[in-house]
Amino acid sequence: MSDTHAHSVAFVRTEPLPELPPPPGETGMVKWMQQNLFSSIPSSILTLVSLYVIYLLVAFVAPWMANGIWNTDSLAECRTALDGATGACFSVISERWNQLLFGFSYPTEFYWRPGLAFILLFVAAAPVMFFDLPRKMLIFTGLYPFIAFWLIWGGTIYTPLFALAGVVVGYLVYSRYVKDSFAMGFFGGVIAAFITWFIGGYIVDAIAPAEPFLEAVASRNMGGFMLNMILGVVCVSLSLPLGIVLALGRQSDMPIIKWICVVFIEFIRGVPLITLLFVANVVLAFFLPPGTTFDLILRVIIMITMFSAAYIAEVIRGGLAALPKGQYEAADSLGLDYAQAMRLIILPQALKISIPGIVNVAVGLFKDTVLVSVISMFDLLGMIRGPILSSTEWNGVYWELFMAASVLFFVVCYGISQYSQWLERRLATDHR
Amino acid sequence: MKKTAFYGALTVAGFAASMASAATLDDVKERGVLNCGVTTGLVGFASPDANGVWDGFDVGVCRAVAAAVLGDSDAVEFVPTTGKTRFTALASGEIDMLARNTTWTFSRDVDLKFEFVGINYYDGQGFLVPRDLGVSSAKELDGATVCIQTGTTTELNLADYFRSNNISYEPVPIETNAEGQQQYLAGACDVYTTDASGLAATRAAFENPADHVVLPEIVSKEPLGPLVRHGDNDWADVVRWSLNALIAAEELGVTSANIEELAAAPTGNPEVNRLLGTEGELGAMLGLEADWAKNAIAAGGNYGELFEKNIGENTPIGLARGLNAQWTDGGLLYSPPFR
Repeated sequence: MSDTHAHSVAFVRTEPLPELPPPPGETGMVKWMQQNLFSSIPSSILTLVSLYVIYLLVAFVAPWMANGIWNTDSLAECRTALDGATGACFSVISERWNQLLFGFSYPTEFYWRPGLAFILLFVAAAPVMFFDLPRKMLIFTGLYPFIAFWLIWGGTIYTPLFALAGVVVGYLVYSRYVKDSFAMGFFGGVIAAFITWFIGGYIVDAIAPAEPFLEAVASRNMGGFMLNMILGVVCVSLSLPLGIVLALGRQSDMPIIKWICVVFIEFIRGVPLITLLFVANVVLAFFLPPGTTFDLILRVIIMITMFSAAYIAEVIRGGLAALPKGQYEAADSLGLDYAQAMRLIILPQALKISIPGIVNVAVGLFKDTVLVSVISMFDLLGMIRGPILSSTEWNGVYWELFMAASVLFFVVCYGISQYSQWLERRLATDHR
Repeated sequence: MKKTAFYGALTVAGFAASMASAATLDDVKERGVLNCGVTTGLVGFASPDANGVWDGFDVGVCRAVAAAVLGDSDAVEFVPTTGKTRFTALASGEIDMLARNTTWTFSRDVDLKFEFVGINYYDGQGFLVPRDLGVSSAKELDGATVCIQTGTTTELNLADYFRSNNISYEPVPIETNAEGQQQYLAGACDVYTTDASGLAATRAAFENPADHVVLPEIVSKEPLGPLVRHGDNDWADVVRWSLNALIAAEELGVTSANIEELAAAPTGNPEVNRLLGTEGELGAMLGLEADWAKNAIAAGGNYGELFEKNIGENTPIGLARGLNAQWTDGGLLYSPPFR
């Protein structure tokens, strides 16, 4: 039978036909455009209009950017150099670049110090942000605040050393007593740290050399993007633990703690940040004797930290509320005490849920640091609106400066956002 | 040190604020630095240059006072203040004096408890229009659209002026001077109105300043001057007479160029001698050195020199002396005699 069949067919193809290209119009650019840009008459019209708008934008911006002038000394010179052509005066950015970054009164010869602190920030942040790195790097992270303070503000090294000593003493006391009772360990640690700082304050005054290795730079000389970075980094890193404590306190069964947290959160959230900044700058000055400099940056840091901690507390409370009750009961049934249950079971899950919200607050907070320009601090925006725009050379340059500020902020905020997305993927344990 | 001071502050806060105003002059001498409040930046009046050195017309007053008190025009800590923080900074003692183009008004002088020690610039609200509009007087602005900063006295002055002249206008509200410039250049309004000095600075920043004119009408009085806290008359005298010394120096022909020569030995003009300390005891009466006024004038020149250097006709801002000329030249500057 098979023979018959074989002979009845003249030709049998033994290998498949080569694939033909799809018909024209069903693939590649054409198909994509037809599907996405010109699928119907209204969308075709919208596409054409959008293309025209994009063309207008590019036609306006491209020559402006391309003709940009980078090396003149004033707006008038820049306009002469352009000679009527469209073009940007980027010279203001190149001439005042250092002022945009460091403010106008940070000593020029010390620019390397905040620069170095900035580079070390990445080394310090790396082990916190990427858990695959060796855990020993966390030691540097712990030391970093003191190193950065010493680099940026300068002065005698004993100040950060004694600040560090206070933290160490506080931790030692805490770990000695925490086994008996958490409250005792906690408050004992705090009190011990304060005693160390108090005594240290007198010792530093006594032994501080007249000519410290790094010359001191006063807080009022800080400025530019450096100030935004200082405020942003310090306030975010302080407000996260404070926010966790507030969120837990708000859920606590102990009425006093609960009500303190509720009142704090609701009060701070009900007040605009700018009001708090005015309090820090203006109202506090009335309660301090003249000549006392309770550092303005410190005052602002306290206010911004309180503000963002209240928001972060609410974000984390959302994460806590999202956990099923079974998780709490499971922790209880394992015989874990409150601190263990929170540390090992509840918070890891709640914080994971809260990441987008926390990042949202962090990005918003970082951008909110420009509000300090209203209380006459020269952050990036304060530098632009004040000294640079009011100099006779650069009065009238707006686009270039604000564009530079946007770029600086965008880079940082986009970086934070990308990191948080990576973190969410990395921590994803469910099977979505 | 800072911490202990802070704890102390909590207990003595109330006292200290009232005690501080007692002897600002002694405080400044002891500190060796004058804390002078200035703007965060205003073209020609105060702004730091690329090296962070403050310069400008108001800054010149600060430097003159520092030179008079401390003998060093660089012994100034410039404390930048915004329109919102300036009065509290002065009242709380953070600054010793405020030289921040602040208008002398009744309520600021009386109700806010400050002491205006003089006027270093007579300003007033003016109008900026494009030359193409063909307008030569503000009275021809009937029906014009006007860019105006909201919530300022300029808004009220404008309404008053147009109503009293029986003409109408359409306001275009703006928030800041920067916004005003952009709106005006974009043609959103026919007229831009703010203080005349601000208009001149704004016009100077334009690509073609010649295409715009400042109309001759000035519709409000804005006397700008340095101020100090109420209740410390000795210090107020020091600041007042430092400013007067600059004004008198111009009237008497004392400039930064000839001051060394004039101060070296008594001259034929007794008032110059008293001013420069080669005759009489004026410095001692103020509690200062005999050469206080010489230092103040040498710091940045006399009033006219400061004006010409920072905001005068040869600068991009190009303000004419106008009301700010000496009384002998038809202006309002009139220093009481040094006697």
